[in-house]
Amino acid sequence: MITVLLAIFLPFIAACLVPFIHKFLTGRRIGWFVITIPLFLFILLLRLVPSLSNGASYLYTFPWIPSAGVHFSTHLDGLSMIFALLITGIGSLVVLYSIYYLSEREAIGRFYTYLLLFMGAMLGVVLSDNLIVLYVFWELTSISSFLLIAFWYHRKQSRYGAKKSMLITVTGGVFMLVGFLMLYTITGTFNLQELIAMREVIAADSLFIPAMLLVLLGAFTKSAQFPFHIWLPDAMEAPTPVSAYLHSATMVKAGIYLVARFTPIFAGDATWFYVVSCVGLLTMLWGSVNAVKQTDLKALLAFSTVSQLGMIMSLLGIGSLAFASSESAQIALFTAATFAALFHLINHSTFKGALFMVVGILDHQLGTRNIKRLGGLATIMPITFTIALIGSFSMAGLPPFNGFLSKELFFEAMLSLKDANLLTMDSMVLLFPIVAWIGSIFTFIYCMIIVFQTFFGKVPPPMSGQRPAHEAPIQMLISPIVLGSLVVLIFFFPNLLGTYILGPAMNAVYPKFEGMTGLVPEIHVWHGWGVPIFMTIGLIVAGILLYRFLRYWKGIYRLGFLQWTLDRFYNAFLIRTERIASVVTKAYMTGSVRDYVAYIMLVFIALVGVGLLGFQQFIFDFSNDAPIEINEGIIIFVMMCSSVAILYAKSRIAAIVLNGVLGYSIAILFVVFRAPDLALTQIVVETVTTVLFLLCFYYLPEWKPEHKSISMRVRNGLIAIASGIAVTVVALLVQGHSIYPSISVYYETASRIAGGLNVVNTILGDFRAFDTMLEVLVLFIAGLGVYSLVKLRRKKGADHSEEK
Amino acid sequence: MKKNDVILQTVTKIVFFIILTFGVELFLAGHNSPGGGFIGGLVLSSAFVLLYLVYDIETVHRGTPFDFKRVAALGVLLAVGTGMLSIVFGEPFLTQTTWLVDLPVFGETELGTMTIFEAGVALTVLGVVVTIILGISEDVE
Repeated sequence: MITVLLAIFLPFIAACLVPFIHKFLTGRRIGWFVITIPLFLFILLLRLVPSLSNGASYLYTFPWIPSAGVHFSTHLDGLSMIFALLITGIGSLVVLYSIYYLSEREAIGRFYTYLLLFMGAMLGVVLSDNLIVLYVFWELTSISSFLLIAFWYHRKQSRYGAKKSMLITVTGGVFMLVGFLMLYTITGTFNLQELIAMREVIAADSLFIPAMLLVLLGAFTKSAQFPFHIWLPDAMEAPTPVSAYLHSATMVKAGIYLVARFTPIFAGDATWFYVVSCVGLLTMLWGSVNAVKQTDLKALLAFSTVSQLGMIMSLLGIGSLAFASSESAQIALFTAATFAALFHLINHSTFKGALFMVVGILDHQLGTRNIKRLGGLATIMPITFTIALIGSFSMAGLPPFNGFLSKELFFEAMLSLKDANLLTMDSMVLLFPIVAWIGSIFTFIYCMIIVFQTFFGKVPPPMSGQRPAHEAPIQMLISPIVLGSLVVLIFFFPNLLGTYILGPAMNAVYPKFEGMTGLVPEIHVWHGWGVPIFMTIGLIVAGILLYRFLRYWKGIYRLGFLQWTLDRFYNAFLIRTERIASVVTKAYMTGSVRDYVAYIMLVFIALVGVGLLGFQQFIFDFSNDAPIEINEGIIIFVMMCSSVAILYAKSRIAAIVLNGVLGYSIAILFVVFRAPDLALTQIVVETVTTVLFLLCFYYLPEWKPEHKSISMRVRNGLIAIASGIAVTVVALLVQGHSIYPSISVYYETASRIAGGLNVVNTILGDFRAFDTMLEVLVLFIAGLGVYSLVKLRRKKGADHSEEK
Repeated sequence: MKKNDVILQTVTKIVFFIILTFGVELFLAGHNSPGGGFIGGLVLSSAFVLLYLVYDIETVHRGTPFDFKRVAALGVLLAVGTGMLSIVFGEPFLTQTTWLVDLPVFGETELGTMTIFEAGVALTVLGVVVTIILGISEDVE
């Protein structure tokens, strides 16, 4: 339990400390402080692996808002463990890499603060058991990744990419929240483990399909599935260590996590299977086809990430079929798909992390990521080349690298669909292996592009100011070397991973079949002459041929549907929305306070007037009213005179004095009616606002008698009279109506409960302290707003950096 | 513009402290009789407003070398902080407690977390009001 809490909160605590520590640990040294956090957590989590593989899981609950069913509950099981290990493990390597990648002139402190925030949020997502807590962390990952992508915020492209990722993932997240709330209305609980136990109840409800689709929308936007993938390539504007971390190892996998986590709840339904697997396959194909045409290595990797995520997603879709079948042979067939998904998840993190770091090294050493300006680096940068070779060949699915194993399992899972005779499966699913195969060919092609176009061939003539190429410093190479070695190691010892890491995760995804043999299949490096191996041979042959003749058929990217990018829709949508918003805003934002008051009054009259007319119950009860004394009458007469006189004031001072008369008369009225607190407040507020008024005099133009058109005067007069009548009617009606019993009885005991004799203050400070606290907060924010508006207005014209 | 306001300045020197004392008195009286954080804060800020009106901003800045934005921030922090404190003791957010303490000079006095909360309110009001008025009046020059 303590490990889990530490895992969630330690990164946040460290993130808060970094800005302070940064003053003492300048430059690179701050990185060495930061790296201890993920490393420590990784070791802590690793210690729990044996007990998890024995079937243990760690649930911890702390009541947070018990009345709403929101508890801060954490749950560490096999599935969370995979992700937590990836987040902390890859996180340590990324921090190590970033220490040497980032120049000391960068805002390193800010960078690590964001990175730690992101790490904590991500760990929170995978470790929380309560849907609301999960949602909070989920959106926190969106916000912290926004900060990370926009790290170089002076670049327009970075800001654009950050905004895009934020808009898309947060929108998806909000839909997901609606889905969560639907699940709550069905079951009355937010706790995942309870939800899994109630899956029959959920499946029988009419909200089942909407809730499922909404949750999937959250997962798809986060995991960059088609057509929401458009944010991922733009997110590559972030510094490369961030790209390696967020967009290959962690953030985009949150969607995968969500789908895997909700599989026990939603799986077994045809909609879930079709949506998840079709979107996944489509994403895989679209991503890989688009990756081939990229010339920027980082953009290529971005599209390849999109494609690989689609592949994992489609596998999870097939894996869900196990819930719908009853024969144990079929169950074993389909659970193998989920196994392949989780296995590939780990493999992808290793090789994609290594590849991103390689691209970062190239960028760092040569100052360019453009394939056309790269070439012949194999002999100049041998270590980088080796890592790139391992990573790419693993991604292409070649032996002896871990990608080969998971790709074979992928083909096997796709082929297993033909044996499925459930869910009224139509012949469409027979297309699945074909699509998967075509996608894999394109994957193969772009992997070859990475290796051969970058590291072989002619060295292009250096650009002006380009540094001569040489091998990267060894410190920068450590992290990719570790990841590259893992790629090879996993190929030779895959079953170690299977028993200790993947097994518990499979139990978490399939709680129904827990303990079933065959849930964790034995991975064989050589699995016999079957269809998958022939598919692999076929794709290698086709891939090599297509790669050789790439320049002859590359022209097809210029025609047809491959041209229209979804980006255009996104941009057009944004521009259109902005334009409409500005038209609407300009229509009512006239800049004249008088108009705004008129709008407010009109809305007020409309709401109150329609409400009153709707009720049709005009009961005026004057029987309980106290008689009006002569002195009260005098005060009210003074007030009426002064308010009418304001209209005819000939100078500003006179108007303000008259306004003051009105205010102080109200204060006197409060005194008469024995409300000293209100009277005091009124007097002080009146005094301070009068001072404010006087200060504002400096800004106002000369006082001129106004000549307004008759229609304008009539309009204003009507609004004024109507709002006066509305207020009066409401005030009189309140006397006559009492739907609810009076609450004043409750406060008779206030002095005993709250220990204060002044009932007004006990209400403000004790009974409704939350209101007061928030009002103070609002006041503070409003004050800062006024202050910065006044200050910014003065600076206007001097600073146009935003428009650049 | 140059004005001869010796009388006002001399009066202010004394009145300023009277207003401040009155503000504190109002603030402390809050729990049992009229007063409280909001009113106390407003009265305190009116003292400062008077000071700024009578003397120029530079002079007052030399006398009161603190940033009123920070005063407001401190106020918010106090108000939220006392609320959070109750969580540490396992009570719901914003639970207030009072103790009766026998103090040497004041005799039996009621001490409560309520006062800290109200102090937060008062400081926020003071900070915000002075910040706004200063913001506008500084802009004039």
